[in-house]
Amino acid sequence: MSSVTLNDVRFVEPEGARNYITHDYGALSWLLTKDHKRIAILYLFSITALFMLGGFFAVVMRIELLTPEGDLLTSDTYNKFFTLHGIVMIFFFLIPSIPAVLGNFLLPLMLGAKDLAFPKINLLSWYLYIIAAVMGLYIIITGGVDTGWTFYTPFSTQYSNTHVFGVTFAAFIVGFSSILTGLNFLVTIHRMRAPGLTWFRLPLFVWAMYATSIVQLLATPVLAITLVMLMFERVVHVGIFDPALGGDPLLFQHMFWFYSHPAVYIMILPAMGVASEVVAAFTRKKIFGYSFVAYSSLAIAFLGFLVWAHHMFVAGISVYSAMIFSFLSYFVAVPSAIKVFNWTATLYRGSVALMTPMLYILGFIGLFTIGGVTGLFLAAIGLDVHVTDTYFVVAHFHYIMVGGAVMAYMAGLHYWWPKITGRMYPEWWARLAALLIFSGFNLTFFPQFILGYLGMPRRYHAYAPEFQVLNVMSTAGASVLAVGYALPLIYFIWSLWYGRPAGPNPWGAVGLEWTTSSPPPMENFHETPVVTWDAYDYPAMLKAMGETQNV
Amino acid sequence: MSEEHAPHIHVTPMWIYIAVFLALAAGTLLTWWVSTQEFGMWNTPIALIIATIKAVLVILFFMHVIHSTRLTWVVIIASFLWLGVLFVLTFADYLTRMWKIY
Amino acid sequence: MSVVTNEHPAHHPFLQHHFEDLGQQHEASTLGMWMFLATEILFFGGVLCAYWVYRILYPEAWSLGAEQQNKLFGGLNTIVLIISSLTMALAVRNAQLGKRKSTVAMLFATLVFGSTFLTIKSIEYWQHFHEGLFPGVNFTWNEVPALAPKVQLFMTFYWGMTGLHALHMVIGAGLLLWMMARAWRGDFGPEYYGPVEIMGLYWHFVDIVWIFLFPFLYLIPGVHHV
Repeated sequence: MSSVTLNDVRFVEPEGARNYITHDYGALSWLLTKDHKRIAILYLFSITALFMLGGFFAVVMRIELLTPEGDLLTSDTYNKFFTLHGIVMIFFFLIPSIPAVLGNFLLPLMLGAKDLAFPKINLLSWYLYIIAAVMGLYIIITGGVDTGWTFYTPFSTQYSNTHVFGVTFAAFIVGFSSILTGLNFLVTIHRMRAPGLTWFRLPLFVWAMYATSIVQLLATPVLAITLVMLMFERVVHVGIFDPALGGDPLLFQHMFWFYSHPAVYIMILPAMGVASEVVAAFTRKKIFGYSFVAYSSLAIAFLGFLVWAHHMFVAGISVYSAMIFSFLSYFVAVPSAIKVFNWTATLYRGSVALMTPMLYILGFIGLFTIGGVTGLFLAAIGLDVHVTDTYFVVAHFHYIMVGGAVMAYMAGLHYWWPKITGRMYPEWWARLAALLIFSGFNLTFFPQFILGYLGMPRRYHAYAPEFQVLNVMSTAGASVLAVGYALPLIYFIWSLWYGRPAGPNPWGAVGLEWTTSSPPPMENFHETPVVTWDAYDYPAMLKAMGETQNV
Repeated sequence: MSEEHAPHIHVTPMWIYIAVFLALAAGTLLTWWVSTQEFGMWNTPIALIIATIKAVLVILFFMHVIHSTRLTWVVIIASFLWLGVLFVLTFADYLTRMWKIY
Repeated sequence: MSVVTNEHPAHHPFLQHHFEDLGQQHEASTLGMWMFLATEILFFGGVLCAYWVYRILYPEAWSLGAEQQNKLFGGLNTIVLIISSLTMALAVRNAQLGKRKSTVAMLFATLVFGSTFLTIKSIEYWQHFHEGLFPGVNFTWNEVPALAPKVQLFMTFYWGMTGLHALHMVIGAGLLLWMMARAWRGDFGPEYYGPVEIMGLYWHFVDIVWIFLFPFLYLIPGVHHV
């Protein structure tokens, strides 16, 4: 493989040229921006803050769980903590994270466009998020919610004495933030690709965002109407979901999970998109089976809608529908497995560079696989009866959401940090943090598989004494994890002033986003690119780069 | 250098709009009439079918879908398909709850 | 050279800078509105699913609930809304043909019929409220006491679904006023009529929702309880 990298090619970029950060100054120029890159940064700040809030709830819970007795928090308070941890992490961190930060920033760049299709709606998305977050914060300060993030009825509608109405209204609003982001992405991808950028020349991150956006668009409205009914029931008590008045609590669960299962695909599909980008860049190869990976994203988006009642196996649905949902749940694992096989095949005989993004993605592939396989355990009705509502489930979804989605988010942040800020992060500190996160994560959550299998129920602040050793291990892991997450916070901020300035393409990667300066100019490209090369086509890309540099 | 191209324009003739309107009005009256008759178990399906035909007429002609891109068709069909999934799989539970377990 | 410059000669005042040309902008905004309508289909569809679950579970209560409805008003409203759909379609047509005053006239007619719908609806609501048919502590319906809670559930769906629909109509009325102002100003013509068209898409969707709500809430066949 040639030793020529894109760093050898000099951009004709005048010194001190204005980029999207230096284009305008003042708070209003950021708060009223219509530029997708600035909106991505706004999201970055908000999401980081909310991640820390969600993490705080987790830390306190893990401290409580050091001892078998419920001695740190009352059970009511503990209920509020796991509820708020779930609500904040799911609705305010995981669902927006990669789409709103990386998707917003990168999609127009990857498509060769000047912005998303609807820049003002993009800004509205962020404001809806902020309004919902402020509402949520107010509710947390004034007493919180104790229903679990799943708001099961009739407890949430009839018996809970906490701010159920307020928090469901906040979730309703943040849902619209998600819908509008998805809508924007779909229209942009369909109508604003650069000349020559056909569907199968798109980066796989774009395919992943496309599939995610379909889910956001079609699933979230059902959550919205379900929450509306919940709010109505909470106020008027007519029995929409209350069995004492003729309602069916399972109807709530059906409609809630119709969204919330596809929601997990909103969380993981973008992560898979990042994985494809990072694997390609750090093996310097086209992703093996590109079209399979692309189609599998669409397959996940569709199949993900067909499996929701596997969250309800023991709730009282009919045995026959349980069997249907179990059967369908096995299908949805197939496209995910296809991706894992293809990433692995790409790694084989690739020129693997173990930079930080790649470390995170290697971790992602392993941990996502474990999480995914344990999902198959849960899809088997008989086994699910044993482990449902235990720590087995908790471990399963944390493997996918933290070991999977969060690690991919970290990978993406590190990979595109030079593009977003024009600075390199410190590589050795970053690798250390990645290692801490990986080991801390496993120490935290692997014991929970065992705990769940042995019968420790979830959402309890006290447990049987024989479970203590594993719980202590889990809490120890959580403290390592906390350090691991704190490090990037510190060195990313440090890098803004002291990081090595990054050129347009520090990784020597293929993609339209790497052809413009770091940070990009306000209008993204000085000249609209005309794409004549395939996705991840390293040799052809280098030639094209050489041509346009001679302007 | 860039070629300006204006939106593709298709002006529907007046008579089509009027015809669709009359069909919709007739459909409404028909629905009303059917509801006053005893068709047993067919009352509901007939009402649904008439309503669906009316909706399709609005979609095809008032909303210009008959001249729209394939992508528009895909968006519309996908939405109803997804809604169908919600209905079918939810009712798969409700309609089989009373079945005996052998 | 395989590049395209970003400089445009003087362009249409309503061309947004991130689009290449009016055609792309029109296609994007139309597609965007269809995507939004897709979310509305799932939104209304969700509550319809809940409605149908209970209709299957409580057929008697549902038909008794429908008997409380004023079919005349419901039917009249259906016709009114269909007329407003026609005028809306004609407004779009006029915008496409660049007929400024006719566009305003048809938008205004749509607004008039839409307001008529909302007026009739308000009268219905007022009547129902005074008959004690609003769900909650003031609900009174004692014809068949055993079924009263389930009839109340029906009324919940009635008020909820028609209320959501009415809310969409109120928003639509506001948008119509805005479109009228823009049309009066002369913004629209054959090369730029997108906003009127997507207004029309929204309005027709709201009409379609009512096309289904009418038989669902007013015309449920009797399952007679003696």
